Amino acid sequence: MLSVSELSFERYFERVFEPVSFELGAGSLLLVTGANGCGKTTLLRVLAGLLEPSEGELLCHTPPLYAGHNPAIKDDLSVEENIRFMMHFMGRRDSATETGLCQRVISKIGLAAVAQQQGRTLSAGQRKRCSLSRLLFCDEALWLLDEPYSNLDQEGIVLLDDIVREHLDAGGCCVMTTHGSLRPEGFELQECRLRSGRYQAAWQAA
Amino acid sequence: MSRPALATAFVALLRRDFLLAYRRRTELLQPLVFLLVVITLFPLGVGPSPQLLANIAPGVIWIAALLATVLSLDSLFRSDYEDGTLEQMALSGQPLALIALARIVVHWLVAGLPIVLLSPLLALWMNLPDAGVPVLVKSLVIGTPVLSLIGAIGAALTVSLKRGGQLLSLLVFPLYVPLLILATSAVSAAVAGLPYNGQLGLILAGMIAALTLAPFATAAALKLSLS
Repeated sequence: MLSVSELSFERYFERVFEPVSFELGAGSLLLVTGANGCGKTTLLRVLAGLLEPSEGELLCHTPPLYAGHNPAIKDDLSVEENIRFMMHFMGRRDSATETGLCQRVISKIGLAAVAQQQGRTLSAGQRKRCSLSRLLFCDEALWLLDEPYSNLDQEGIVLLDDIVREHLDAGGCCVMTTHGSLRPEGFELQECRLRSGRYQAAWQAA
Repeated sequence: MSRPALATAFVALLRRDFLLAYRRRTELLQPLVFLLVVITLFPLGVGPSPQLLANIAPGVIWIAALLATVLSLDSLFRSDYEDGTLEQMALSGQPLALIALARIVVHWLVAGLPIVLLSPLLALWMNLPDAGVPVLVKSLVIGTPVLSLIGAIGAALTVSLKRGGQLLSLLVFPLYVPLLILATSAVSAAVAGLPYNGQLGLILAGMIAALTLAPFATAAALKLSLS
């Protein structure tokens, strides 16, 4: 589903991360690990197509769903309005017409109590949940999740693990980044340890 | 991957933008108050002679409308860019030109149309002769969409800059010059009792050209800003 060989990205003529290669088939999960600033987010943005790879080959057979650090939540809209907009704009084809889907998504993601609150009043974890609600009404096979566990509470982590497991069981695949402390529990996974580009590493050491 | 139909997405975007505009309505008032203040300052600055004011009225009103529009342009894509919504919309596979068009339509309705509605009052303040008022309103009706359409290209180009506002005005003001010349000349011609359809026709042609091309140019600029 996703095949990457010797992929790297340069910024100002310097590699952000050392070339990586991996192959991802249906039902598999890739965990990208590495220290802060080693290029995990950049790698994911390259995979999502937001950045052009400077070296190597990227074969992506299906458009990805990218959930980055920016939550894409409007401060002036309520949780329900935010989710409804995403559903009508970037959900799967029938998500706009399916009755009650919005309510089901809100209660599944655990935001029923704050459904009418404006985005600005949400905590960081609630924002993360609201942003991740997209996973429930989009039908992309490839998910690119950037630090999906950050700010989530224990219950939220279990919920996310369940959602990802369901996705993998249905034949999807998922690339996830983490800086180490939080990892998906009980998954068969490939791991890709990312190293920062040579010059940047030397510069950081100096 | 499948997506909701184009029309569903477009309507959803329009609804969201109207809702956001309503929630941030004080922000929308600022350019209008600015417009009123600028027009009020002119009689104080150049003197309250009715004849003088009548002579400069078309130019002053149009320039004030330009300034007020540019003031509201910077926010056109900024909040969507900063909170990551623009990125998500671009990745969604829905055409970027559609996103641009929806933003432009809403911008005109909340920023351009109020200027049109206020213009008879402004004309009264500036002592514009009665013969000029309908033409002023007409020129604004077909001219202010051009301001939004061309301005959106500039707003999309400067959205990734921290302080793009000043650069934005430098970029778009030169492009507004032909419009300004045609519009003020139409109003002055109407006041002098001369034919003015030629100028209005040219503005209309400009509006149609901008309406067909600007959404695509804006989409290209947004793509540049996102990469």
